[in-house]
Amino acid sequence: MAAGVAAWLPFARAAAIGWMPVANCPMPLAPTEKNKRQDELIILNVSGRRFQTWRTTLERYPDTLLGSTEKEFFFNEDTKEYFFDRDPEVFRCILNFYRTGKLHYPRYECISAYDEELAFYGILPEIIGDCCYEEYKDRKRENAERLMDDNDSENNQEGSMPSLSFRQTMWRAFENPHTSTLALVFYYVTGFFIAVSVITNVVETVPCGTVPGNKELPCGERYAVAFFCLDTACVMIFTVEYLLRLFAAPSRYRFIRSVMSIIDVVAIMPYYIGLVMTNNEDVSGAFVTLRVFRVFRIFKFSRHSQGLRILGYTLKSCASELGFLLFSLTMAIIIFATVMFYAEKGSSASKFTSIPASFWYTIVTMTTLGYGDMVPKTIAGKIFGSICSLSGVLVIALPVPVIVSNFSRIYHQNQRADKRRAQKKARLARIRVAKTGSSNAYLHSKRNGLLNEALELTGSTEDEQHMTKGTSLIESQHHHLLHCLEKTTNHEFIDEQLFEQNCMESSMQNYPSSRSPSLSSHHGLTTSCCSRRNKKTTHLPNSSVPATRLRSMQELSTIHIQCSEQPSLTTSRSSLNMKSDDGLRPNCKAAQITTAIISIPTPPALTPEGESRPPPSSPGHSTNISTTTTSNIVKVSAL
Amino acid sequence: MFASRVPAASRCCLVPWRMWTKGESEGLQTLGIVVVVCSSLKLLHYLGLIDLSDDKIEDELEMTTVCHRPEGLEQLEAQTNFTKRELQVLYRGFKNECPSGVVNEETFKQIYAQFFPHGDASMYAHYLFNAFDTAQNGSVKFEDFVMALSILLRGTVHEKLRWTFNLYDINKDGYINKEEMMDIVKAIYDMMGKYTYPVLKEDAPRQHVEVFFQKMDKNKDGVVTLDEFIESCQEDDNIMRSLQLFENVM
Repeated sequence: MAAGVAAWLPFARAAAIGWMPVANCPMPLAPTEKNKRQDELIILNVSGRRFQTWRTTLERYPDTLLGSTEKEFFFNEDTKEYFFDRDPEVFRCILNFYRTGKLHYPRYECISAYDEELAFYGILPEIIGDCCYEEYKDRKRENAERLMDDNDSENNQEGSMPSLSFRQTMWRAFENPHTSTLALVFYYVTGFFIAVSVITNVVETVPCGTVPGNKELPCGERYAVAFFCLDTACVMIFTVEYLLRLFAAPSRYRFIRSVMSIIDVVAIMPYYIGLVMTNNEDVSGAFVTLRVFRVFRIFKFSRHSQGLRILGYTLKSCASELGFLLFSLTMAIIIFATVMFYAEKGSSASKFTSIPASFWYTIVTMTTLGYGDMVPKTIAGKIFGSICSLSGVLVIALPVPVIVSNFSRIYHQNQRADKRRAQKKARLARIRVAKTGSSNAYLHSKRNGLLNEALELTGSTEDEQHMTKGTSLIESQHHHLLHCLEKTTNHEFIDEQLFEQNCMESSMQNYPSSRSPSLSSHHGLTTSCCSRRNKKTTHLPNSSVPATRLRSMQELSTIHIQCSEQPSLTTSRSSLNMKSDDGLRPNCKAAQITTAIISIPTPPALTPEGESRPPPSSPGHSTNISTTTTSNIVKVSAL
Repeated sequence: MFASRVPAASRCCLVPWRMWTKGESEGLQTLGIVVVVCSSLKLLHYLGLIDLSDDKIEDELEMTTVCHRPEGLEQLEAQTNFTKRELQVLYRGFKNECPSGVVNEETFKQIYAQFFPHGDASMYAHYLFNAFDTAQNGSVKFEDFVMALSILLRGTVHEKLRWTFNLYDINKDGYINKEEMMDIVKAIYDMMGKYTYPVLKEDAPRQHVEVFFQKMDKNKDGVVTLDEFIESCQEDDNIMRSLQLFENVM
């Protein structure tokens, strides 16, 4: 029952008194209200904006969030109101839906934000009122097109796909030629042969040279063998391409029904039909017209050209407008042809022999071509002819702007998609940095946590406070979770560079002889970076106090470190923030630490740095810092 | 001269252009008429006068298929060990991620993967999802979610251990055998990712499972039953202590 009329139900029930005298049987019992509540005002606080409405208004639609008990989950005991942390602008429309029974779609609102709000409040978009439904559907369709474009390009450009079968790689190569060089070669070869085939078809008919007897000979006749060989070669290539696509298609049935495959088939069929043809003139005459279909090879170019695809898609989406244009033209043609035929019937030697013959005149006149091969001679004919040409202009001009606007919309969408794709690399790089930032934040905070424990033992409190300032409660809980995972598996998370370095070392350990050149190169690198390191020391204001403590720490830790001969590459940047470079030198060599040690020099230097520089949680920064920290610290221990 | 070398069958393709036989022109005429008829049919279809559609894939708005509302707040409070306020907080978070009121496996995996950016959390999320989805129908409602959380965070030791046993028992037959344990442990190791210290060896999960079975399987019959599991866990202080770890999550 419509919600708006619910308020009138008491009236309708009261008016039923009019039936009572007429009725013969007793009436059924009226339903009683189980918990009769006084209607109360409900306060809905949406992000600070307070809306008030009656409880019964909301209960009109019991299968939505506001109409059911689900809203109790959002009830704030302290303020006795329902608090929703959502957009207040859209909530206005949603509350109006409860009040009036009609859901409107505001034009300024983004379609996906609106859809999300509807989903949150449990309202189906289908009940949008007629006044706004068309707009909603149009916007939704545009959005879907845009998203589809994005998804397609995303899927095509995924670099690291899981291992695909041969068939799938082939299909991907066909659909997107930029994935591999082989695909690109295939793409250009087919494009070349399409062009060759089309040009051959055209040139075949050009007259070149004469034969004795003064007859013009087309090139197709003169060089019959050459043209035949060219045609054969092209058809071979097209056949092979079609069969390969058929093999690689994920859904063969759908592929066969697709437009491009039909074009492919139509392009190569004439050749094969011609091959099996007999030389019987009558039959061959009818089938030879199939060679006209060879021109459809030009449509194969649409795989190579995006503009053609846009044009085709535009025409498809403007189909209704085109249909209207054609229908109105047809109506007008028939009317005017009939009129002209009867008008010119009287005049002698008139070309308007029948109504279909007048069709030609009408079309030529309405499209303002005016060949002049058929001209009305009677006065009536001339009058109607002029009316015909005037109306032709009008009828054609009407649907054209619609088609043009459709084309421009799709074209601009494609332009935007291209621009998005061009910026995609930068976007993906930034997203990747943010992601590694979060994983590095854990490693970073782990070092902070170790420093915390160590500093507790030495009894410094101010630095502890510096340390814990960086991480919020959620972060620390997340890090605790990751720490538990490490404990479960008895393995630790480390940085990518450290991991590769460990791999190199383990392989170097296994094959010391073969790796000696690389070892010397490592040495060279270390010396260069250690020297570089010395130049790069920055003097930080507060680092002096922890530095002294650091030195003592390092002395403790250096005792325990088993220095192996293999230098580490990553320690080159480790002391960017360090004052105590010399103390670090033994650490520089400590790559494989087997016994439990803490070396914690770097993190305290970060705290003054944390004050002077942007917070360590920014992604670019944490990557920088973590490379410095992970080099020295390897394992937790009890000192 | 060259025409004789061309195979006879293909000569029809190179029929001299002068000889535009009647057959050919009639063929093209037929073609033209067919084109006109087809296009007029299509035109009438677009105008809605006739219906030719086989499967027109118009833009169909996807109806929100499942829209689930949870039971009332009072009932949930009675059934679980959470207070009203905690339930409210839980529900708000739940509804934020899944406005339709149910979580499906994909969403669950995505949410879980965000906490473990280093490795691949999808397998473990899959087992977790199956443990949450008591009805085994591919979707987790808010009630299931909250019941499981109630056990995990506020339940007795016995309940927690039983839930964990249910998690490990992938095929829900009441026994944990070595393959199931291997799958679970492998999934946990997958979450670590590639960059670990020490480097993850291939048989690290297997060794882990061996140690586990030695501890848990009392009667050495190759499977762990619920009682064996609970008994062995209760004997281990580490496990007992760590079960209390997440008491104050809310």
